[in-house]
Amino acid sequence: MNLQFLIDSLVTDTLETSLPRYGPELILCASMVGMLLMRIVRLSEKIPPFLMALTGAVVALWSALPNDGMNTWAQMEPCELFTGMLVYDSLYLYTRIFLLAFLVLFVILSRLTGIADKREGQDYYTLVFGATLGMCIMASANHLIIVFLGIEMASVPSYVLAGIVQGRRRSSEAALKYAIYGAGTAGVMLYGISLLSGILGSAYLPTMAQRLAAMDLGAMMQTESVTEGMGAAGEGKGDSAESSVSGSSVSGHSETSAQNEAQADESLQVHSPLVLMVLALGGLMLGVGLAFKLSAVPFHFWCPDVFEGASAEVGAFLSVASKAAAMVLLLRIGLGLGTYHEPASSLTTSKQSALESGQAELFELSRGRVSVKEVSLSAATQKDSFDNASPKDPLMPVRHFIVLLVGMIAAVTCTFGNLAAYGQRNIKRMLAYSTIAHAGYMMMAVAATISLVGRDPLQMRVAVQSLLLYASIYFFMNLGAFSFVAFMRNAMGSEEIKDYAGLIRNCPLMSVAMVLILFSLVGLPPMAGFIGKFRIFQALFEAGGPLMMFLLVVAGINTAISLVYYLRVAKTICIDPEPDTRGPVSLGFLPVSYTLLVSFPVLLFGILPSWLVDWAYLATAQLFT
Amino acid sequence: MGSFNQPVAYLSLIVFLPVLAALALAFFPKGKDDAIKFTTLGVTIVVLLLTLGMLRDWFGLDFEKGQAAMQNIFAYDWIPSFGIHYFMGLDGISFPLVVLTAFISMLAMGASWSIQKHVKAYCILFLLLETGMLGVFMSLDFFLFYVFWEVMLLPMYFLIGVWGGERREYAAIKFFLYTLFGSVLMLIAILMLYFSSDLRALDDSQLVTAHVVESPEAAVQWRADTPDLKAEPLHKQHTFNILALQQMGQHTTLFDGEVWLGKSLSWWAFVLLFIGFVIKVPSVPLHTWLPDAHVQAPTPVSMILAGVLLKMGGYGIIRICYPICPAAGYELAYLVCLIGVVSMVYGAFAALAQKDFKRMVAYSSVSHMGYVVLGLGVWSAMAGTGYNPDYWKMGANGAMYQMMAHGISSAGMFFMVGVIYERVHHRDLDQFGGLFAKMPVYSGLAVGIFFAGLGLPGLCGFIGEVLVVLSVWEYSHVLAVISAAVVILTAAYILWAIQRVYLGAEYKGPHGEALTPITMRELFIAAPLMVMAIVFGVYPKALLDYMQPSVDQQIEQLADWTRQYDHDHPPAKPIVDIEEQIAALKRSQ
Repeated sequence: MNLQFLIDSLVTDTLETSLPRYGPELILCASMVGMLLMRIVRLSEKIPPFLMALTGAVVALWSALPNDGMNTWAQMEPCELFTGMLVYDSLYLYTRIFLLAFLVLFVILSRLTGIADKREGQDYYTLVFGATLGMCIMASANHLIIVFLGIEMASVPSYVLAGIVQGRRRSSEAALKYAIYGAGTAGVMLYGISLLSGILGSAYLPTMAQRLAAMDLGAMMQTESVTEGMGAAGEGKGDSAESSVSGSSVSGHSETSAQNEAQADESLQVHSPLVLMVLALGGLMLGVGLAFKLSAVPFHFWCPDVFEGASAEVGAFLSVASKAAAMVLLLRIGLGLGTYHEPASSLTTSKQSALESGQAELFELSRGRVSVKEVSLSAATQKDSFDNASPKDPLMPVRHFIVLLVGMIAAVTCTFGNLAAYGQRNIKRMLAYSTIAHAGYMMMAVAATISLVGRDPLQMRVAVQSLLLYASIYFFMNLGAFSFVAFMRNAMGSEEIKDYAGLIRNCPLMSVAMVLILFSLVGLPPMAGFIGKFRIFQALFEAGGPLMMFLLVVAGINTAISLVYYLRVAKTICIDPEPDTRGPVSLGFLPVSYTLLVSFPVLLFGILPSWLVDWAYLATAQLFT
Repeated sequence: MGSFNQPVAYLSLIVFLPVLAALALAFFPKGKDDAIKFTTLGVTIVVLLLTLGMLRDWFGLDFEKGQAAMQNIFAYDWIPSFGIHYFMGLDGISFPLVVLTAFISMLAMGASWSIQKHVKAYCILFLLLETGMLGVFMSLDFFLFYVFWEVMLLPMYFLIGVWGGERREYAAIKFFLYTLFGSVLMLIAILMLYFSSDLRALDDSQLVTAHVVESPEAAVQWRADTPDLKAEPLHKQHTFNILALQQMGQHTTLFDGEVWLGKSLSWWAFVLLFIGFVIKVPSVPLHTWLPDAHVQAPTPVSMILAGVLLKMGGYGIIRICYPICPAAGYELAYLVCLIGVVSMVYGAFAALAQKDFKRMVAYSSVSHMGYVVLGLGVWSAMAGTGYNPDYWKMGANGAMYQMMAHGISSAGMFFMVGVIYERVHHRDLDQFGGLFAKMPVYSGLAVGIFFAGLGLPGLCGFIGEVLVVLSVWEYSHVLAVISAAVVILTAAYILWAIQRVYLGAEYKGPHGEALTPITMRELFIAAPLMVMAIVFGVYPKALLDYMQPSVDQQIEQLADWTRQYDHDHPPAKPIVDIEEQIAALKRSQ
């Protein structure tokens, strides 16, 4: 295996495996570059940026759609792209279609509300495209560095988007707040990543899971009390070993030899309390970065301010696309670290398999081949995963930790979001808190999925499906709600809830659509929001156990609480008398039809959810096989 | 007629005709209020004719009298991957309630002529509400049931909130919150039952009864197609099928597993479901939404609320709570009866204390619906009675009868209150009097309907009350005495109200000049109610012939279940006094 061989295999991997599967993303990149170049050559005055953006988005979406229907997903072989940095499976394909479809609708919305005018259009669309690309990366990340890269790539354009409305102080304030908050959490997350990869000798999720499994945390916890004294003595040595490992592994190419690793393993065994603490700390810090993207309590403070300060369109973007990508990422990290199974080819000791994978990491080719077989998500065959259910599963403590963390944060996020939404007078602020609450519901689905690991793969798929279903329905609900807010802002210059009084008399169609969306956000049948919520409840129930039952009850109570503030908006629109001061509210044909178009699925998928349900299920078809 | 006489087409038409009409109404031009009202009334009449048509096979679909099993049943996939079916059917328990719903809806639409504000929106919401109500009584899939149950909330909220009285918004949200809270509990119970269910635990004949398969031969085929119970115990065949869940609740041990605090799954499911339904009935102490909602709602909506919506609670208890979770029902039977009796007494006293005419009628509903809960709960088929189900049958039939009778009398009472409220714009009982002189026909009808509510022999209220009270004697003497005494309280508040409103020398309250005789439209609404009250009062067979077989069958099954249950779970050995044992030992020595 010489250098030539390495380069050859790298080229093969990139040209034959990765790039052909990366078409839609490349189209996004091309349109971004195109839009920026247009500005330089001053073509932009002739070709409206909207057209370019729309073309780029539609072409990307079209190329992301599977040629022969989504049924082919079930047969498609999942693989890794770019030497294992990204996962390419049906879950990613679904998320990509989700994000690109949102992009198309979002570009149209920006045009209709006039937020992206001719002069600034390119900047605006370029930022949106860049953020979408970042979200695509988040949704397919298989390596912690890619996780960081994706989050930053999605966030940095969002900071600018939040402040894109010029001359509004609130908007600039929101952008600054968002940027500072984002930068802070990014730093913490990076530190967490370096801790984790330092201990585990890799930032590649499957390898990390493998090392975690090899460490046998369960046994470590039991012997914790015995080795406590020894841990303190060997502290200095452990630290140095760690730093050397982390330094090399951040680049993604760990040079740790099998021998080194064995030594490291031994020293880790000795310092188990310290290791446990560092692992937990690293996990928590990684969680901080994710919680920021998810706007989960206690890292949600930016959310209401940014939503209030930024324009409603950007609010839609942040609440739907960004949230969905972050959910998939959370799921990937949770499952990536929480599942591992011995490759079927090497039924030897875990030490040997660790050695093998150490080599695998060194040599792209072998990794490329092995990884096709052992993508972390599709870890175990049905039978294997039943075997894994045995209490001896070495990753059990990891999963417990993740489930507890995600579950508790989900419960707090959901409750806090709903309670805080009560007092809001600004509709965007209220929707921001509602977004926080809905993130809580979706995180419950993630917790349920991870706690189901090792059980029937069918149940796990159902749990993932519930997440995708909820996110997809949320797509239409929130896009509809924010487009209503944006159009109303244009029509009457207000975003206060009280100014919506009696709107149903002025523009009945829009108001009815908004009221339906609000009821769907509560989760009342026959609106689609109920289907999503019901499925998450089902997943929680299926997962069982005290924590999941607690989450189920919390979710149920929250549904009842959330009724009041959503209903208050509906009441203001429908029941309250219209103020005398308001002139006629005139909306064009296009804004009304746009709002109706995006909110129609809220009703349609409530009554005939089968299509969406099946698609979401197909997206999970390859997981856990 | 083509395929119209298929149950799927016929029943779907009944349920969804109102929604289709509501869609069509949305495209009506503005300002055609009368046309909109007539269209809506026409739709409600067509729905009533379609339901009545099943009595006599007018349109090709017949509801057979005297048959206990489900009829006109059909099932199609709705959301196959969730195992949810579009599954409906009728039996003697649901069919009378469907007819009642269609009947009251038509009359309430007739009573809606005085609505002048946003007529189009009103009619659309009204029709959506009708679809929700009909759907609840017909659906046999738990998920479908839940969807229809919730569908009613939205129109009801707006009907109270937009067209109601002074405190309408408060009343509307209170109604909404209470019901939603109950439904969330119900949803959790549905999930509990769904995930514990396993169709494979049923034998072939039970599968046929539950309409999972068409015939025993198909059951064999079905079993061959599904994973084997013993080989793959984890691949449970979950179901939302209410009939199948009933079979599982009564014939298998699927729901007996302990979940929390030493209570079984069936116990918790029963409690959650019961709370959800009892909020709707409503029973003390969960009744507080009712006086507000009924008083603030416009007259036609009050008629629907009292006439139909309250019946859903009772229907849920008899269709879902008892048959699916009999063990818990058996254990908690006394509590259920107690709740019924407390509601009766509390509602009657509260009605006695009211100054507001409509509020008095609202509290009378709490009291009358207490009979329903009591009648359903008298689990008198115990070891002590040799598992004789006869009295329990009487109680359950009485409860069902009371639901129908109360549907007629309470809708009538609310309408009668609405008629004078429209004229004098107040409801203060102390400011009425002497209406007989000014509105003789109206007063005559009103007194008749109030007597029906009182339970005067010869009118509909009597039969249900007497059946329930008689049946309770066998179960508990104390409860029987108290519930019989409530009749006196009922007589007191109703007679006192009649005296204050209709009798007396002359009307001295405000707007005396507006007291004009009853109009033709009002007469056409009041007269059918009065006629039905008399028919059901003197010829109960008209209703019982349809109702009784299904109710009896269900009670008999539950009585059999009780016998089996007591056999399987013999009561713990009676604790004998230790000294007595020693004495016995000494004697034997």
